[in-house]
Amino acid sequence: MIRLPLVLTFAAVLFSTGVYGVLARRNAVLVLMSIELMLNAVNINLVAFSQHLQQVTGQVFALFVIAVAAAEVGIGLAIVILIYRNRETINVDEVNLLKW
Amino acid sequence: MVAAILLQGEEVAEHVAAVPNWFVEHTWLVVLLPLISAALTLFLGKRTPGRGSVYGIAAVGVSFVLSLGVLWQFVQHGGATYESGVAWFQIGSLHVGAGQLVDGLTAVMLIVVTAVSLSVHIYSIGYMHGDQRFTWFYVVLSLFTAAMLNVVIANDLFQLLLGWEIMGVCSYLLIGHWWEEHVNSSSGIKAFLTTRVGDVPFMFGIFVLVAATGFETSNIREIGEVVAGGELSIGIISIAALLLFGGAIGKSAQFPLHVWLPDAMAGPTPVSALIHAATMVAAGVYLVGRLFEIFVHAEPYVLQVVGVVGGITMLGAGLLGLVQDDIKRVLAYSTVSQLGYMVAIMSIGPIGRDAAFFHLFTHAFFKALLFLGSGSVIHATHTNNMSEMGGLRRPMPVTFWTFLIGAAALAGIPPLAGFWSKDELLVGASEGHEVLFVVMVLTAIVTAFYTTRMVMQTFFGAYRGHGHPHESPVSMTGPLLALAGATVFAGWLGAGPVGAAFFDWVFFEEPEAVELVPWVASLSIGVAFLGLAAGYAVYRRWQERDPIRSLGPVYTLLENKYYLDDIYWKGIIRPIRDPLAAAVYWSNQKVLDGAVNGAAGLTRVFAKVVNAFDRGVIDGAVNGAGNLAGFTGGLLRYIQSGNVQRYAAFLFTGVVVLAIVFTRI
Amino acid sequence: MSSQEIAFVIVAVAGTIGAFRVVTARNVVHAALYLVVTLSTAAIVYLLLAAEFVAWVQILIYVGAIVILFLFGLMLTKAPIGREALDNQRRGVAFVVGLGVFGGLFYLLQDAFPWEASDVEPVQGTASSVGTSIFQDFVLPFEAISFLLLAALIGAIVLSRKDDAP
Repeated sequence: MIRLPLVLTFAAVLFSTGVYGVLARRNAVLVLMSIELMLNAVNINLVAFSQHLQQVTGQVFALFVIAVAAAEVGIGLAIVILIYRNRETINVDEVNLLKW
Repeated sequence: MVAAILLQGEEVAEHVAAVPNWFVEHTWLVVLLPLISAALTLFLGKRTPGRGSVYGIAAVGVSFVLSLGVLWQFVQHGGATYESGVAWFQIGSLHVGAGQLVDGLTAVMLIVVTAVSLSVHIYSIGYMHGDQRFTWFYVVLSLFTAAMLNVVIANDLFQLLLGWEIMGVCSYLLIGHWWEEHVNSSSGIKAFLTTRVGDVPFMFGIFVLVAATGFETSNIREIGEVVAGGELSIGIISIAALLLFGGAIGKSAQFPLHVWLPDAMAGPTPVSALIHAATMVAAGVYLVGRLFEIFVHAEPYVLQVVGVVGGITMLGAGLLGLVQDDIKRVLAYSTVSQLGYMVAIMSIGPIGRDAAFFHLFTHAFFKALLFLGSGSVIHATHTNNMSEMGGLRRPMPVTFWTFLIGAAALAGIPPLAGFWSKDELLVGASEGHEVLFVVMVLTAIVTAFYTTRMVMQTFFGAYRGHGHPHESPVSMTGPLLALAGATVFAGWLGAGPVGAAFFDWVFFEEPEAVELVPWVASLSIGVAFLGLAAGYAVYRRWQERDPIRSLGPVYTLLENKYYLDDIYWKGIIRPIRDPLAAAVYWSNQKVLDGAVNGAAGLTRVFAKVVNAFDRGVIDGAVNGAGNLAGFTGGLLRYIQSGNVQRYAAFLFTGVVVLAIVFTRI
Repeated sequence: MSSQEIAFVIVAVAGTIGAFRVVTARNVVHAALYLVVTLSTAAIVYLLLAAEFVAWVQILIYVGAIVILFLFGLMLTKAPIGREALDNQRRGVAFVVGLGVFGGLFYLLQDAFPWEASDVEPVQGTASSVGTSIFQDFVLPFEAISFLLLAALIGAIVLSRKDDAP
């Protein structure tokens, strides 16, 4: 058996990397990719707990998360393409109309 | 003699016999009718044909008839006094009533006032014809008549005071009837203010009397009872009497307040006849007589003061009548002098009181006659000055003969009314009052002299004027004839040889016996003819320079009216008026305006302060709050970078912190 | 350290490197490909954790569809294939935050969960067991997810339509 904290550590690493990517990347698609990293980290967490708690519920929820992630990526990319259509750029620094 | 029986009644009257007493009980109608006519003339006069004179004439005419009725019933009741009244107002314990006190004096005075007033009302139709304020003249005339009648029947001091003051106001209004001329309005003011100077002690006299009764009553008869009861200190009574006499001095133009009467001649002649010969000036004498109880029970010096004042007045004014050119002024000074007679004779006691009233009675008729006659002359020649008259006995016969009758009465020629009344005065003074007697005799000589002078200068000689005098209309000569008749016959009422009915009606506590004293009568006839002859001799021919001037410095003194007017003006009026006016003006400009301006200035300063406070503090607070919000917002807005990743950074930081906080704590 | 753990550690390291390269690659396409690596390692981890259904679904959906979507997105938005800087100026803050997140998570999990090994049989994540669980216990979330996917589908179509005036 794989010890739980190891898996959780791996998931934490992935998550943190995703956070860094979300905050540091300029390209919107890359931000979305980072978000996928974070979601995957969450999935790993769920599956690890499913094994630890001897239940299959975690895996069920991991499936749900994958479905949600798929939907989210679809919508996200649609929005990104819309922004690109309107502004000729998907540099998130330049999409700052809400700036003071 | 019948003892006086006093009848009282508030609502119910008790009759002595079954003889009806309607006239006496309704004496107050005599007062009410002229009052109503005054109101009617005021509101309806201008629209009535004849411009409103009909109301006054009708009312006073009816009042005259009623007055005759009152006298008739009074005599029928054996001379019983009747009093009735109503409650008027109440102050604390003082109950002031108003009503009528009808005795012989009242009845006689009513007849005098209504008769003269009626004559004047009728006379004024002609004299005031075409005057622009004709209707108003009749309004005030009726009002005055009502006020004088009120004074005569008043049974309460405050009621009397009311009528007294209204008379003063009417006198002012009538003297200043032609107020467009400044001299007329200032004469009116002089008359009003001078009588006012006398009215103040009069009012205080009333207050002293009311206080002396313990603030219970101001009824004349009740006050008389209290005074006669002997419980009041004689000092209080004397003070009250002197104060009351002050009012008489003012109203009856005695020295030193006589100065207004000659100037009051600026008013129309009918006014002079009614107010300043027969009625208002008689009110002072009437007052002393009505309240004689008080004078009698005061210290003897009070009556002595009365006598001295009267004596000075009668001789002083008589002398002043010698040097006047204005015919009305001669008559004015003559009136003052005759009033002096009345006041002086009162000082000898009850006999004097009765004699004074008899003289007042006759004087009213012949003086009114003389004034109306002078008015007729003035109307014809358009001048008051005798130097511009002369020889008027031919163009104006009626005026001449009636005037002559009046003048003879004034001089004291028998068998006219003036002789009988003056004789009574001399008789009264002859017993024990030698000084007064001498002064009276001297004054009689002077009276006869100036009367003759007046008649000679006006009606004899050649006409010196520029107009075309002609006789006056019937409306004017009619009253002249009526008054001449009264002058002839009224005197017989008090003549000793024919019973002297007058003195059965007018008496103080006890009727006095009246008889003719031969040596006094002869003396009075003698001095009258002496003065008449002297006057005729001096003034038989007209001289450009008045012979009186040969008196030299005496003439100058008389011409300047003993410098009294100057003394009053320079010594009293100017020193009071000018500094007072200046002080009032100063206080108005500096104090009042200063206060107002100061208040305004303070308000402006305050407004500035408030403004500063409003701007600085309040607006500052409000704006400051806004600025603070803006400032903080300005600082906080930098959070709104528009950069989603920055928001996400904060978010993740927060999540981590929260996670640790929630799980570890 | 059992053999599974060793295998796991190797796979985890690979995944970590991949993840690092995703967020630091200069080339966006390289980043997408590194993402494939990471997703694949995740699937291997699922297999190691006896969750075979989830692992294959992961490969199917994530690697097979989502990454393709990413690549399409990159293509449609003219992703800069060059040597331009793809990171913004907040790298420092982001690094700190990321470190903070990791630190916090590690601190919590190491304190909460036992480091000792336990020899329990892992539940088999077969399709039948997962399916049974979904359709017995979680039917409602399942239907909701299908709704969600429908909404996302319609939304994506609506959003990416060209705005022609009707």
